[in-house]
Amino acid sequence: MTPKVVLVTGVSRFLGGHLAARFAANPDIERVLGVDTEPPPRDLLRRMGRAEFVRADIRNPLISKVISTANVDTVVHASVTASPAGPTGRTVMKEMNVIGTMQLLAACQKSPKVQKLVVKSTSAVYGSSSRDPAVFTEDMGPKDLPSSGYAKDAVEVEGYVRGFGRRRPDVNVTTLRFTNFIGPRIDTVLTRYFALPVVPTVLGYDARVQLLHSEDALAVLERATLHDLPGVFNVGGDGVLLLSQAIRRAGRLNLPVPSAAVPTVGGFFRSARLVDFSPDQMRFLNWGRVIDTTLLKKEFGFTPRWTTQQAFDDYVNGRGLKPLIDPETIDAAERGILDAAARFR
Amino acid sequence: MAGARVIPLHDPERDAARRSRHVEVVPEPEQQQSATPDWERRLADLLSFARRRIAGDYQVDEFGFDRDLTENVLMPPLKPLYEKWFRVETIGLNNIPSAGGALIVANHSGTVPLDALMTSFGIASEHPAHRHMRMLGADLVFRTPVLGALARKSGQTLACNPDAERLMSSGELVGVWPEGFKGIGKPFKDRYKLQRFGRGGFVSAALKTGAPIIPCSIVGAEEIYPMIGDIKALARLLGFPYFPVTPFFPLLGPLGAIPLPSKWYIEFGEPIRTDVFGENAADDPMLVFNLTDQVRETIQQTLYRLLTQRRNVFLG
Repeated sequence: MTPKVVLVTGVSRFLGGHLAARFAANPDIERVLGVDTEPPPRDLLRRMGRAEFVRADIRNPLISKVISTANVDTVVHASVTASPAGPTGRTVMKEMNVIGTMQLLAACQKSPKVQKLVVKSTSAVYGSSSRDPAVFTEDMGPKDLPSSGYAKDAVEVEGYVRGFGRRRPDVNVTTLRFTNFIGPRIDTVLTRYFALPVVPTVLGYDARVQLLHSEDALAVLERATLHDLPGVFNVGGDGVLLLSQAIRRAGRLNLPVPSAAVPTVGGFFRSARLVDFSPDQMRFLNWGRVIDTTLLKKEFGFTPRWTTQQAFDDYVNGRGLKPLIDPETIDAAERGILDAAARFR
Repeated sequence: MAGARVIPLHDPERDAARRSRHVEVVPEPEQQQSATPDWERRLADLLSFARRRIAGDYQVDEFGFDRDLTENVLMPPLKPLYEKWFRVETIGLNNIPSAGGALIVANHSGTVPLDALMTSFGIASEHPAHRHMRMLGADLVFRTPVLGALARKSGQTLACNPDAERLMSSGELVGVWPEGFKGIGKPFKDRYKLQRFGRGGFVSAALKTGAPIIPCSIVGAEEIYPMIGDIKALARLLGFPYFPVTPFFPLLGPLGAIPLPSKWYIEFGEPIRTDVFGENAADDPMLVFNLTDQVRETIQQTLYRLLTQRRNVFLG
């Protein structure tokens, strides 16, 4: 079933905005509504074309009026986010994530026209610890429930979404658990982290990192909206990079920090406005997280075009990250040593 | 690529070889290889390894197994220990299939899990298919900094059913030491007495994936650090499952940490098939218990047989 009227939340951010732009370019969709608390940046707004921007706070019951008067039949909830707006933005972020979702779901429940709900969730709901299996499938849960931050928000959001699914069994609910996004255009905590000239890591740990190209993320969200594919799906690129390996591929220098000093260093980077890591993201740097995407390929019918490694390389090239040691220098050094060795034979 | 780089431009010997090859119809790659000395080829390998590491140009699987690092850095130091120190002899390597999932179940001993390292080195170096055994480790290993990261890079993963099943169904050779800390940290007087085999989780994983179970008996590892005492208070303080006291440790300090050079035998028994029990065999607890017992008994009997054949702990 192709939706007639689509409402997308979080359009002033990368995913929501570009998703609205894709829907606007689709002639089968009659109307595209984009909701956010602040207007999208100008270039994003231009891309969105005929999509209408509604400046509304999803924490406000007003959203219910928007949904019912516009006859929205499909809601794409893409505003659940891991990036706080600023140093004090963590409380606001939590409110937007959790209370916003509650209000939005309440509005959806009220409107009989709503036929489909697509939720952008995260694989952070699986947590990250040493006692976890290496690869998470959709039916696994976290060993210990995340006590704070984005992961906890996402667990709560998914709980409300499940509740909504029970109360409105006629609505197709698709929950997508994404890995971290990467790409030349998207701006996330991770893209800022790898762009640091010296990248701090936790001493003695090397996380397995699975990434998803932002274009693949958009394609998955689009597919979930245009087709009826209810269920919970893990979404991530194929393959794995070790954190140390990713830092080397980006040509950065690795700065191992002892566990005890991690909060201090994290605080420094936060106050310097370089990268804002929450404690659950710090844990992610310790253990990493890999998810199984069999269901995505078999049932959802989507195979990511970029593997984790390709997506990361695309990010490195697209951002123009210059390696601290030029690969040419390394090649030259290798040749030089071998030539010298040949002379000594 | 690496081979092509080491060819020097001006070398009379090689030039002669090249000229002679022009005349020949079939070029001989062997001759070309022998023209560059061995150490130079090794240097080239080393340099290309270093370049790969600096550029991050290698593959890691979803469990974190880094084959490049394991083969070039982690495995080589085990070679002298395996060949010269413990003089390990493997028996029945042909019982390990060359491809496809299989589960090696072995006895655990020796205070420090050198038996696991030696078994995996033995299979990687002496088995015709040079397979990497993917070991299942305790969560203590993965919680520990440095060690946990190294364990993952060397192909180990957490001992839990989802991981074991995932490895075996993707055709990997999995190694498990079901006695765990009870086996490795048992006092010297209990040597070669198998401890309880967990809850049989490894059997149900094998049943689910239909992978054969290969019982493996290791003789010699019990004597490397004869554990005559256990300082429980210190162990609790440090968060270890035990704190070993051997005749030389901690008495001689770091010197006491040198393992005794016992002679080792590692015997792989006949594979036990698990794909003959039908669909829901893993949900039959009685079958799981029986199979667990069968594996345990096989290992225990093989241990006794190997011990009666052994005349001297150090000479074999």
